Amino acid sequence: MTGPPQTSFGRTDRGPRLLAGGRGAVAISTASTIVVLAALAALFLLAPGSAAVRHTFFNPTDMWKSLIGDPKQGYYSVGAALWLNIRMFLAAEVLILILALVIAVIRQSVSPVLFPLRIVSTIYVDVFRGVPLILVIFAIGFGVPALSLPFVSGQSAAVYGVLALVLSYSAYVSEVYRAGLNSVHQSQVAAARSLGLSQWTSLRYVILPQAVRNIIPPLLNDFISLQKDTALVGILGAIEANKAAEIFSDTVFNYSSYVVAAILFLILTIPLARFTDHLIARDRRRRLAGATV
Amino acid sequence: MSDEVLNPSSAAEPGAAGTEAVRIESLRKSFGPNLVLDGINLSLASHEVICLIGASGSGKSTLLRCVNLLEPIDAGRIVLWGQDVSRPGIDQNLVRRQVGIVFQAFNLFPHMTVLRNITLAPVKALGLQRRQAEDEARALLDRFGLLDKQADYPDRLSGGQQQRVAIVRALAMHPQLMLLDEVTSALDPELVAEVLDVIRELASGGMTMLIATHEMGFARDIANRVCFLAGGQIVEDSPPAELFTNPKDERTKRFLRRIIDAGRL
Repeated sequence: MTGPPQTSFGRTDRGPRLLAGGRGAVAISTASTIVVLAALAALFLLAPGSAAVRHTFFNPTDMWKSLIGDPKQGYYSVGAALWLNIRMFLAAEVLILILALVIAVIRQSVSPVLFPLRIVSTIYVDVFRGVPLILVIFAIGFGVPALSLPFVSGQSAAVYGVLALVLSYSAYVSEVYRAGLNSVHQSQVAAARSLGLSQWTSLRYVILPQAVRNIIPPLLNDFISLQKDTALVGILGAIEANKAAEIFSDTVFNYSSYVVAAILFLILTIPLARFTDHLIARDRRRRLAGATV
Repeated sequence: MSDEVLNPSSAAEPGAAGTEAVRIESLRKSFGPNLVLDGINLSLASHEVICLIGASGSGKSTLLRCVNLLEPIDAGRIVLWGQDVSRPGIDQNLVRRQVGIVFQAFNLFPHMTVLRNITLAPVKALGLQRRQAEDEARALLDRFGLLDKQADYPDRLSGGQQQRVAIVRALAMHPQLMLLDEVTSALDPELVAEVLDVIRELASGGMTMLIATHEMGFARDIANRVCFLAGGQIVEDSPPAELFTNPKDERTKRFLRRIIDAGRL
């Protein structure tokens, strides 16, 4: 047999297969894809309002103008504004990974000393998973400056936005971590502790690496979601991609800028999705191949 | 003073022949309403090998896990080389570093190579240099014919190889006492011998061992004494020749008859 080994589940070592079968199946799937796409394109082009929609949403000139921006005309570059989304995302991601892990470990702990912290963590997760993100952004973005505290109240909208994202997402991600910690069998804990490793060392070298490996897909899924949700920080006035698109459409009365923002977000999120697949496949390959350290 | 726990200079010399390595006094342990160990008394001298036999659920595994402090006990005492390790405030990590345990299901760390499985505890718990730990690990792997597996991940190994690696991992801590918890029960029959051979070699090297096992022939060969557990107690404690040929307690007789009927002895 040539090609990667297959099992009855139609999987290769690269993960689930989209297509089962040989060359005939590829031809059929290509044909059906073309038919479906052509039908959708025809529907869009033949719709009564097609010309108007194409002009308002997909106008190449306006798309280019909004991408580049022109401060003299009163609007910003959507492309440049995306850089703020990226920075907010990166800052939030690092902080979420740390805070969520701390919360998850506290909630999983059994020590009576940590009991008050466990209560606080539980309430925290309940509250921030229950309150819509947009309300958290409002509360932090308008509430904290209103406190008129030195330093704390003088930050930019982006900083409050990141803070709100971290507070909200850490609640979710801590639950993902917790699921990961629970997915590691208790016998692994016993094995680690039986060797005289401390609780912390066991967690650090034995439990956590296995837990994180198990939760990489849901974790990165949350981060793809986080990349998009940085657009919500625009409601505080931060000029991120979505806000820049909004300013453009308010100035030029054309919505093509939103399509530009959508495309930019796609360009941002798709690599992360592929990277997730790559990590899973690499881990699988390495475990199956053994050999290299 | 937890620092002095199991320190040979402050306790009986762990290596000296004839000294008491383990003394278990009136040990009681229950899981919820389920009383598993009901007053266990057992003493084990240095270099002695004791096999625990008994039906599944008779508490053999629980007893071993209690000795390694993996299970908190309800009552009684566990004394290792003269030190009460069951009292509160003991540094459990220090105790466990001197007591190796090998589990039925191997419990190797699946995300680490064989070599790293073995060197993790010596490096992180004993503070050995990585290089020194790896040299020692390779020497141990070589001794048990596993050197060519050092870079493999556990899921590439057979059950017998995994269990031998698990034994090497425990030995890398230079334990004074080894606890073996039905180490061949999860193995295919043809892989049992290679693991039992390793244990025989440990016994001939003078390792003090407490072994829970269903391998009666092995127990008869290797043990200085065999203890039969039933109802959470040690019902019979005799040299193997006596226990297997002339059991005194009715429950031991019944158990052995079932084993013989099953063709396991």
